[in-house]
Amino acid sequence: MASARSTRVNLPPFQQLLDRHAGEVYRFLAASVGPVDAEDAFQETFLSALRAYPSLRHSSNLRAWVFQIAHRKALDVHRARGRSPVPVETVPEQAVAAGGAGEPALWRAVRRLPDKQRTAVFLRFAADLDYAQIGQALECSEPAARQNVRAGLATIRKGWARA
Amino acid sequence: MLIDRAEAEGLVDVAYAEADTPVGRLLVAATPRGLVRVSFHGEAHEAVLGELAERLSPRVLEAPARLDVVRRELEEYFEGGRREFDVPLDVSLMGSSFRRRVLERTAKIPYGATASYREVASAAGNERAVRAAGTALGANPIPIVVPCHRVLRTGGALGGYGGGLEAKRFLLDLEAGRSPLAPAG
Repeated sequence: MASARSTRVNLPPFQQLLDRHAGEVYRFLAASVGPVDAEDAFQETFLSALRAYPSLRHSSNLRAWVFQIAHRKALDVHRARGRSPVPVETVPEQAVAAGGAGEPALWRAVRRLPDKQRTAVFLRFAADLDYAQIGQALECSEPAARQNVRAGLATIRKGWARA
Repeated sequence: MLIDRAEAEGLVDVAYAEADTPVGRLLVAATPRGLVRVSFHGEAHEAVLGELAERLSPRVLEAPARLDVVRRELEEYFEGGRREFDVPLDVSLMGSSFRRRVLERTAKIPYGATASYREVASAAGNERAVRAAGTALGANPIPIVVPCHRVLRTGGALGGYGGGLEAKRFLLDLEAGRSPLAPAG
């Protein structure tokens, strides 16, 4: 009994994960897919996490794991839009201030980035993840995570200069 | 809502809520099988939730709706209007079969009555295991509902209680109809 327990991963109650990360995951999704789709993507993220939770083999970096799922859900939304375009530009932009910066145009620029760059930029600057954690969330290496942030920033700066 | 969808999909293995009572804020937790844990404020609720995650399932979520019935019954009990609890119990945290038998016998002590540790040990099949019976009662995962407060030392001394002796006295007074004073703190 004791040995069986010691080999098992000790996961905290799921509620703790939800309490700690719900806010930042919601803000990530609002910034990534816009406020209209954020609520649904948020629920899908935590339902997926809850389904997979008991079979997790590690309890380190649960935060990056949750963001990895949120990133995938955001991709689902963007892909679905690719198939049936949604008029993204007509959403009420002020709600995006949930992104935290009070600078909707900037978040709009972030949202137009390619998938990995968008997530990488948000996780670095709005959620304050380090590059190792971003790599984990994006399922890529740490240098690749750094490169995605750099490329995303360069694209935004170019757009900013043009505007 | 997220919690409703999680419940609908059967993803909440352990649901919990808090209940305010005259003996302090209780944590109540249930699995799909029934009420599995009641803990007093003295035990840090966060630690209890961690233990539930480890021993039952990490899918532990605050889901008050699942605990509505037991919370209402607790309220009625503390108002003096309820003498028995009608909620299914999940006995999976009760430990060894002897401990389980001790608690099953304890559950049969009627409202307002008391028994001695020796009587409970004897009813559980081992008259000499008084100390083990005391340990089983001390580790009762579902106090109040499984009324270990009704077990006293031979001669009537209070013995011990996980929720503190003041809480034990409060519950005994309540059941004896001696308008109890709420324990301080």
